[in-house]
Amino acid sequence: MEVTAYKTDMEFFVDMQRCIGCKACEMACAECETNGQESMIHVNYVERAVTIQTTVQVCMHCDDPVCAKVCPADAISKDDFGVVHSANTSRCIGCSNCVMACPFGVPIKEEKYDMMMKCNMCYDRTSAGKKPMCATVCPSQALFYGTREEISRMRPNSTPVNTFVFGEQVVTTKVNIMMPKGSTQLKVH
Amino acid sequence: MHASLNKKALLVATIVTLGCVVISFYGSRKLQNFDPALIAYLFGTLFALFGGIYRYCVWLQRPPTWMYFRRTWQFIFKGSFFVHIWLLLEDSVKNLLFQRFIYPRGKKRWFAHFMLASGCLAAFAITIPLTLGWINFTLDPGTALDPGAVKLYNANFFGFKVMSFKLGSVLAFLIFHALTWCSWAVIAGAVIFFVRRLTNAGLIASQTFEGDLLPLILLIIISVTGLGLNFSYAFMKGMAYDFMSVTHAISVILFLVWIPFGKFFHIIQRPAQIGAHIYKREGKKRGMAVCPHTGKEFTTQLHVNDLKIVTKQVGFDFTLEDGSSHLDYSPEGKRSLLAKAHLKARQEGGSFFG
Repeated sequence: MEVTAYKTDMEFFVDMQRCIGCKACEMACAECETNGQESMIHVNYVERAVTIQTTVQVCMHCDDPVCAKVCPADAISKDDFGVVHSANTSRCIGCSNCVMACPFGVPIKEEKYDMMMKCNMCYDRTSAGKKPMCATVCPSQALFYGTREEISRMRPNSTPVNTFVFGEQVVTTKVNIMMPKGSTQLKVH
Repeated sequence: MHASLNKKALLVATIVTLGCVVISFYGSRKLQNFDPALIAYLFGTLFALFGGIYRYCVWLQRPPTWMYFRRTWQFIFKGSFFVHIWLLLEDSVKNLLFQRFIYPRGKKRWFAHFMLASGCLAAFAITIPLTLGWINFTLDPGTALDPGAVKLYNANFFGFKVMSFKLGSVLAFLIFHALTWCSWAVIAGAVIFFVRRLTNAGLIASQTFEGDLLPLILLIIISVTGLGLNFSYAFMKGMAYDFMSVTHAISVILFLVWIPFGKFFHIIQRPAQIGAHIYKREGKKRGMAVCPHTGKEFTTQLHVNDLKIVTKQVGFDFTLEDGSSHLDYSPEGKRSLLAKAHLKARQEGGSFFG
């Protein structure tokens, strides 16, 4: 983690309306070495009874990560690049506080390991200047990793948004969601 | 970085450390059984105790940690006390002594950790009481003066004889070399972990030298120099003994001083996992929470309720307009709500894609 080639001009852009539920990202995610070959990305049906809509969710890497704040073991940390890392294996006590407190529903409690795991933006790759696995294989570009210039050229009618409203709580994140042009936030509740 | 002194933690750490000094003074029969050669180790041990207790108290005061700590003891002392104590003991043997939870993460990883942990814990159990003067060995006076008698050695705890063994016996060999066995176990575990950390791409990306590699290096130095002491007087006629003993002392003291601050603090944190198990078990008995979106049970209602309190304590408020909370939703429900809100925004924007 000390010497990295992390590219600070590269950002993650998610557009879940583009998700076709192919799960290529799930397969690719399992290639990530920092996950220990466990897939950490989520692809799920939004409301299976009434729609075929699927959604994809990576860790949003919150500016003020609630997962880290509610961790009783101080196992989750955010680095200088804003990447919120998966639980420190020696500290995590498998309580699931982070799993239940994350407003985006990202962390996974791996019962067999009695430990929390989550997407850490393929840190083995991004710290070497490469793109996260999921973003390299997504056929519909629901997941895109690149510069702001690239995304604005590709999506001229969209605006990247990283502010989310959950009732009384406003959460800002490192990862962006592509919203209609001119949007400033996504109000979930 | 400005860090303020935590008065509660300071008070508890000071009382416990002074308590340990008093126990050691009287336990060593007013220093009669105290080994002055271990004075540097004594200060290292007392510092580790003070620092460990201080950090533990600071850690406990964090809202999520305090919630688990409080709940665990509440559940143990309320209701089925003996059932909880039994489960606590069972969990302690399984998860603390044998670290069973590491086994599914990898057999080799478990073996390495078991060797490392057993070696360290056994070494702690031997050296700390020796350093504090709680344990000492004496030649049995009854056999010492009789030239024809088999010499007996006594092991004393707080000055009271707890066992005797014959000098030159297998038992004596095993006892006198106990730290040697610990060293071999630690070396085996540390070397496996060290190789893993140098070859696993995921670990290489996320580890730090001081946080992950240095602790292993330190443990290897401690064990190798410890073995070196034995090797020096057994096979080398005391050659390099001074070097070994100084290096060993420095590395051990560094290790002790570092316990409260670095990687080794997880040894003190690990029992919290048992608290989390008790919390989960007790929560299940009290009822599960059902996600309003998926309609499925996802965690205990106790957990959801406590998290609503804890999140507010750490500066987050997920309360919704209708008085419910975003935390009432399961992880899958939360993801779906986000996707639905996104779809709605796109629909209102007049185009599904931009």
